[in-house]
Amino acid sequence: MNKILIVAETKDNIFKSNAFEAVTTGKHMAELLGTGYDVITVTDAPDEHLKTLGKYGASKVFHISLTELNSKSPASGIKYSHSAIASAVSNFANSEGYEIIIISGTAFGKEIAPAISVKTDSAVITDCTRYTVTEGKISMKRPSYAGKCNTNVNYTSGKIVITLRPNVFKAEVSETDSEIVNISPDNLNISAADFKTCVTDVVVSSGKLDVAEADIIVSGGRGLRNPESFKLVEDLAEVLGAATGASRAVVDAGWRPHGEQVGQTGKTVSPSLYVACGISGAIQHLAGMSSSKFIVAINKDKDAPIFQVADYGIVGDVFEILPALTEEIKKIKG
Amino acid sequence: MKIVVCVSLVPDSTTKVKIGASGKSIDETGVSFIINPYDEFAVEEAVQLKEKSGGEVIAVSVGTDRSKEAIKKAFQMGADKGILLKSGDADFDSFSVAKNLAETIKELNPDVILFGKQSIDFDGSVVASMTAELLGLPCVNVVTKLELSGNEAIAEREIEGGKEVVKTSLPAVFGAQKGLNNPRYPNLKSIMASKSKPIEEKPFEAKSMTELTGMSLPDSKSSGKIFTDGVQNVPELVRLLREEAKVI
Ligand SMILES: Cc1cc2nc3c(=O)[nH]c(=O)nc-3n(C[C@H](O)[C@H](O)[C@H](O)COP(=O)(O)OP(=O)(O)OC[C@H]3O[C@@H](n4cnc5c(N)ncnc54)[C@H](O)[C@@H]3O)c2cc1C
Ligand SMILES: Nc1ncnc2c1ncn2[C@@H]1O[C@H](COP(=O)(O)O)[C@@H](O)[C@H]1O
Repeated sequence: MNKILIVAETKDNIFKSNAFEAVTTGKHMAELLGTGYDVITVTDAPDEHLKTLGKYGASKVFHISLTELNSKSPASGIKYSHSAIASAVSNFANSEGYEIIIISGTAFGKEIAPAISVKTDSAVITDCTRYTVTEGKISMKRPSYAGKCNTNVNYTSGKIVITLRPNVFKAEVSETDSEIVNISPDNLNISAADFKTCVTDVVVSSGKLDVAEADIIVSGGRGLRNPESFKLVEDLAEVLGAATGASRAVVDAGWRPHGEQVGQTGKTVSPSLYVACGISGAIQHLAGMSSSKFIVAINKDKDAPIFQVADYGIVGDVFEILPALTEEIKKIKG
Repeated sequence: MKIVVCVSLVPDSTTKVKIGASGKSIDETGVSFIINPYDEFAVEEAVQLKEKSGGEVIAVSVGTDRSKEAIKKAFQMGADKGILLKSGDADFDSFSVAKNLAETIKELNPDVILFGKQSIDFDGSVVASMTAELLGLPCVNVVTKLELSGNEAIAEREIEGGKEVVKTSLPAVFGAQKGLNNPRYPNLKSIMASKSKPIEEKPFEAKSMTELTGMSLPDSKSSGKIFTDGVQNVPELVRLLREEAKVI
């Protein structure tokens, strides 16, 4: 029997990279444990799309139709229900006896993972960035104290729910023919009582790329001096195909929306490239971005703490450097 | 309306983390402790709900005697009563916290239960939802707006690139995110009034399902290439990003 169940998340019926990261991670973990793994997804994505999970090694995909699940809801007009999805996944896991459930640590994954852990009598370890297997037992590594240290955590119960920090684990291609197995919510004992919370609307903020999902982020701080000069940050972001981020100082000043705030009270990000412009690098800002793969700092103060975590940096004026950087990148990108 | 707010005492966010002698906790020398910043949004929301609809706010914390500081901060902001689930020095995990909170909350039978979205020490983001699930109650976490009317609640929660509007019914659990409100600064009067507010102590029983086996500091970066000639370094920076880091 397979021990590992991977929950693959879709957004608007499309798998995002985090679903593939979860599948790859589950596959590797299964190999190390000498067991098998299955994937479950609750979505209205068509079968052809479900099969894209096979590209990352999913051989069996259990599929619950979101529309069918929602038809059990007492209310109409619901988009999805976190509580009902958590019930469906948990009831399935309990009936099949999975011991390890892997979920991406996205907004969606974080909302359902603790509930699934309680419903399946499992421990839960969130936001994992690494794992090891010794003598058939998994141990997770996760950042704590806002990334200022890492903790190693084991579980003492028989079962575990794990969430993975997005963008940390690699999705690896491993072409597999995947079999889609449809499961009816009727067989999962879902009733009106499972719809404790219902999402009735999803509001997309200005259609811009979100820092939590971006592979490159260009962030600005108080060094930009006023909201208008964020145009310089946006221009660079545009040529890089990046999201724009901000320090708390400029969010609190009302220059930028809170959704862009990176740091301890904002978002935690780990993009491939983080460009910090006119940001001092206060410990609470570093907390949100220091796990980025490459960090570039532009600051006129050579002693700014941001340079201590930077891989590359230029000591200088953002008002000169940013336009030059944007031009130079435009040049090489043709 | 009866409102419970769960508060945790955590190291100040400016703390420079050093690992303690046990290797399993931080060195607390010189560390100052504060109420978890997200819990301040939860307390503020609780007090605003009370101000609107009457009732009482009970602040509950799991921890040693020191955690009374978090409850006292909630008092200063307007909470009425406190309960400390006294843990002693032994280790316990998030599940233990949730389990003990759930037992206490069940007896209190509140209409609304507020948490912070995340503690800034363990950074688990799990206690609110686990407690809710143990109580069989709905939970919405990372909430930036909350509107109650009768038994109905409409919450907005932050997600990647936008927000979800979530409908639920009371009693329910909510996890507060920055943006929900602006926590008040206690004034002298409320600080004085807080001194006579009672903190009840109750026993706590660890029921951990996870075990922290070690801590380590993040790998330090080998020192970066920092240029000091301003704008003329831009082409070299771009070349490095392209050829060395291979990120653009
Ligand atoms: C509980 C708590 C939580 C917090 N959470 C967060 C959080 O989530 N995220 C966050 O970012 N902060 C957070 N903070 C705030 C944090 O402590 C800092 O105040 C904030 O990050 C500073 O923002 P900044 O770097 O934009 O501004 P400043 O610290 O003012 O830095 C501006 C920088 O710009 C440089 N500069 C000025 N002019 C120029 C120029 N022309 N060219 C180049 N450089 C220039 C300066 O040298 C300076 O280094 C938190 C604080 C607390 C207490
Ligand atoms: N020891 C504790 N006592 C009371 N409430 C807590 C405790 N730990 C966590 N919480 C609550 O649970 C929320 C989420 O914590 P966490 O799951 O650790 O990120 C916090 O913001 C608090 O509201």
